[in-house]
Amino acid sequence: MQPFSALSLLKRGLTGQHGWRAQWRSPEPKPSYDVVIVGGGGHGLGTAYYLAREHGIRHVAVLEKGWIGGGNTGRNTTVIRSNYLFPESAALYDHALRMWESLAQELNYNVMFSPRGVMMLAHTVHDEQVSRRHVHANRAAGVDNEWLTPAEAKAFCPPLNIGDIRYPVRGAALQRRGGTARHDAVAWGYARAADSLGVDIIENCEVTGIHRHDDGSVAGVETTRGTIRAPRVGVVAAGHSSVVMKMAGVELPLESYPLQAFVSEPVKPVFPCVVMSNTVHAYISQSDKGELVIGAGTDAYTSYTQRGGLHITAHALEAICELFPMFRRLRMLRSWGGIVDVTPDRSPIIARTPVPGLYVNCGWGTGGFKATPGSAHVFAWTIAHDGPHPINAPFTLERFRDGNLIDEAAAAAVAH
Amino acid sequence: MLLINCPYCGERPEPEFVNGGQAHLVRPRRPADVSTQEWTDYLYRRDNTRGVQAERWRHARGCGRFFNALRDTTTDQFLATYKVGEPRPDAGAAPGEPRR
Repeated sequence: MQPFSALSLLKRGLTGQHGWRAQWRSPEPKPSYDVVIVGGGGHGLGTAYYLAREHGIRHVAVLEKGWIGGGNTGRNTTVIRSNYLFPESAALYDHALRMWESLAQELNYNVMFSPRGVMMLAHTVHDEQVSRRHVHANRAAGVDNEWLTPAEAKAFCPPLNIGDIRYPVRGAALQRRGGTARHDAVAWGYARAADSLGVDIIENCEVTGIHRHDDGSVAGVETTRGTIRAPRVGVVAAGHSSVVMKMAGVELPLESYPLQAFVSEPVKPVFPCVVMSNTVHAYISQSDKGELVIGAGTDAYTSYTQRGGLHITAHALEAICELFPMFRRLRMLRSWGGIVDVTPDRSPIIARTPVPGLYVNCGWGTGGFKATPGSAHVFAWTIAHDGPHPINAPFTLERFRDGNLIDEAAAAAVAH
Repeated sequence: MLLINCPYCGERPEPEFVNGGQAHLVRPRRPADVSTQEWTDYLYRRDNTRGVQAERWRHARGCGRFFNALRDTTTDQFLATYKVGEPRPDAGAAPGEPRR
């Protein structure tokens, strides 16, 4: 791996940018590996990296049917926060948030983590009660979150219109350690770091079947680039988790929905933080390129098309225009959709499965990007130890059978 | 935005409808008599089909009635809509391999 430093950038810059090498190899798949990871998004690449880095398991392949980071890792709105209601969730997401803080140094790759503050607006009495409950629960769990009055919210985010609107702002919950990161850089940084530890990253390689031994345990995978044997397979396939896991006969409590996002034309820095509103349903931040990055809600129906209805995006833009009148004349540049796998309780599944040697990390729904480092870290542990890390121990597949839901769905009542 | 053919009212735009999830799920008549796994499957397990699936819709801002539809989740194209109580039409009876 070519390490990046200010000196190396300066040197290459002054000598015509010659001598840069590809950030990761493009190897042919080998006949067998110790671990195969299905899915080359941030969570899957990170899992391979932590397997190699923390558990000494370096004979690992990451299989990606398209290109690295071309799925939900490259399609989200890059919001990072950890202010979830339940202790299990707060522990998981805050584990990730703490890792974000040093991720660029660890990977020697600038993931542009920017803890600029995530402010979640309250517009109704119910919102206010729920938000305050979140603030108290978070503080009790050691996660920063604070309640702002409307005037304080306006001071923190001057473009915000707190008064003359259908749902006036009654206050806001602010997590100052939250923020954004560069999503592509997360995938590339993990890919580069994992590759340098010996992980094979194999793009354009779709898994079409999962082989099992006579005793039921995993034997390997069938792919569009041949058969690959492996005693352990970790599936991190986001919206396609149901499809991949069915190949091994494992049925999941998931439904896959389109989720859309869009960006405006780039403008000068005007927006200092991340603002989310669950009630009028919109969230917005400004990228370092200057584009306003805006997220909409999910469509009403399940789909694998990676596109959604225009009325969904229009609804989000109406909310943005009311909350931030200064953006009313901005033009939107691009919009796109991703397919998100949603669990009944809106919490992920990071666990062993009934098939020995088969592990699954899925159900991140509309909010998986923020968890990338923590998710990858505990999933690598789960694969390496054939059992969960204490942090992901509650996030089992069996919790639906046993009634131990981690019901962030009821806590938020919206996409998050 | 989808254009949905309500079997009672004809084609109407999607915002008039509410999606009701996977169709033809049957609630166990006596929940106390089924196994924990069967009850869990009824509550939570979904096919999440990539391909042709049967799903429920309700014409909430129209006639208010429920009906079922066959839709290809790889294209969002509707193959058929039909009334509650009618069997799943042949159009999607054997979806076979999902399209790639």
